[in-house]
Amino acid sequence: MVEVQDITKKYGNTAVVDQVSVSIPKGKITSFIGPNGAGKSTLLSIVSRLITKDSGEVRIDDQEISSVKSNALAKKIAILKQSNHLNVRLTVKELVSFGRFPYSQGRLTKEDRTFIKDAIDYMELNDMQDKYLDQLSGGQKQRAFIAMVIAQDTDYILLDEPLNNLDMKHSVQIMKVLRRLVDELGKTVVIVIHDVNFASVYSDYIVALKHGEIIHQGPKNDMIDRKVLRDVYDMDIQIQDIDQCKICLYFN
Amino acid sequence: MKKRYLIVLLVILSLVSLFIGVIDLNPKDLFQLTEDQKEILFISRFPRLISIIIAGMSMSICGLIMQQLSRNKFVSPTTAGTMDSARFGILVALMIFPAAGPIEKMVIAFAFALIGTFVFMKILDKVKFKDPIFIPLVGLMFGNIVSSITTFFAYKNDLIQNMSSWLQGNFALILQGRYEMLYISVPLVIFAYIYANKFTIAGMGEDFAKNLGMNHKRVVNVGLVIVAIITSVVILTVGMIPFLGLIIPNIVSIYRGDHLKNSLPHTALLGAVFVLVCDIVGRVIIFPYEIAIGVTVGVIGSGIFLYLIMRRSAYAS
Repeated sequence: MVEVQDITKKYGNTAVVDQVSVSIPKGKITSFIGPNGAGKSTLLSIVSRLITKDSGEVRIDDQEISSVKSNALAKKIAILKQSNHLNVRLTVKELVSFGRFPYSQGRLTKEDRTFIKDAIDYMELNDMQDKYLDQLSGGQKQRAFIAMVIAQDTDYILLDEPLNNLDMKHSVQIMKVLRRLVDELGKTVVIVIHDVNFASVYSDYIVALKHGEIIHQGPKNDMIDRKVLRDVYDMDIQIQDIDQCKICLYFN
Repeated sequence: MKKRYLIVLLVILSLVSLFIGVIDLNPKDLFQLTEDQKEILFISRFPRLISIIIAGMSMSICGLIMQQLSRNKFVSPTTAGTMDSARFGILVALMIFPAAGPIEKMVIAFAFALIGTFVFMKILDKVKFKDPIFIPLVGLMFGNIVSSITTFFAYKNDLIQNMSSWLQGNFALILQGRYEMLYISVPLVIFAYIYANKFTIAGMGEDFAKNLGMNHKRVVNVGLVIVAIITSVVILTVGMIPFLGLIIPNIVSIYRGDHLKNSLPHTALLGAVFVLVCDIVGRVIIFPYEIAIGVTVGVIGSGIFLYLIMRRSAYAS
């Protein structure tokens, strides 16, 4: 379980994340939703120690993250950010191998190789494992990065806007993969996501942020609610049940 | 290009290099060397060959490390102010400690090269506009500022001629007893290879490195120290070799990718081969005179560099 208590992060005088407390349930997909500038990404980065917090505590499995060595933490929690997606000439396999860095510091053991192979198989990247990343499409690249995180073999996987720049087909593909990671491999997945319908269909738990504070949180069925969404987005959103999924109509 | 072709090419060119020069020395003389020929071989030709190989390898690797750490294909000791800062350091050494020996000069040049490169990396952090072409322009401007400060003080102290000898790389001045400092680069190059994995990960960005539990800052600092030492050693023995750290890693990246474990050995070999070719060309073209290596590398290198930029922009559109 990830427990966040009274986290504050300020840039200058403005608090980007203000006294936030939340506990992220294990073995579930948790989505952070909210308007631009709500502090979702910052919160995710703080939880994964990419950004240092000004005050408060983040405990992962009852350990405060600042007291754990960065290398040990890398075996527990993984984060993928948008900025990762640059055009480097690395092959898919080389990228996935980096996931084993916390374990072997680059000198791959036999066990590492098994993990790498399994991760590539799991993400169905076999055909393109020797291709360079800059030859892949956005969706394939995203899958390669997720394969790396799988090879990293952490209980917690955090993704910052994993669907950014992906078309519908690849977005669905990525969300299904995340669902499988939770259902089949027992991972805990936390995502920052803009499309409220993807949050509604694929996540278990939703946390809504606004102005650096958590204004609502709960299981998705309570959260996909006209009143709640009005608070979050300042929009009147109709909700319809289609095939047991709650779909938000926010286009007009 | 296979690694073994590069090795064969390097060996052949090395032999060619040994037997080119004003004083006749033929391969068939090897078994019955006169005293004079022996002297030429051991005082001049071998030192020259070894310094070409070491300088070519280590400067190319410097470029590779800098490109990886700055995540920009156009950054190298020439385009990041490293060389200019090292030269400034040499000037300071000449001004303040006129009696300084080569090692003292090297230490001061190293300190300046390191500070200069750090300043450039800090500027990189602050620059919001991360256009790949813009960054090396900033570096060139920064280098020119440092360089003009150097020129100013050199004028004031009548050291202009002295300084311009560090400006132009020249292997003709390499003699036994005047190049041995270059050997400092050898363990550093080996160390860089051991660190290759970490440099590659650092090149994926700070967040990426942190996610894998790596100390990003430390790896960057280690890389910059290696670059600064090698650059100052090469400048002090051979002089500036412009563009070398820029072209070679970029060519290798095209066919070997960006994983340093794969590209570093190729970069080293190709760097040595390239400098050997340039040196041989420079020695043959106006025989019995010589064109300095800085000029041949500059001319051939900037041609290739232009081609790379065109190719890059064609790629982007």
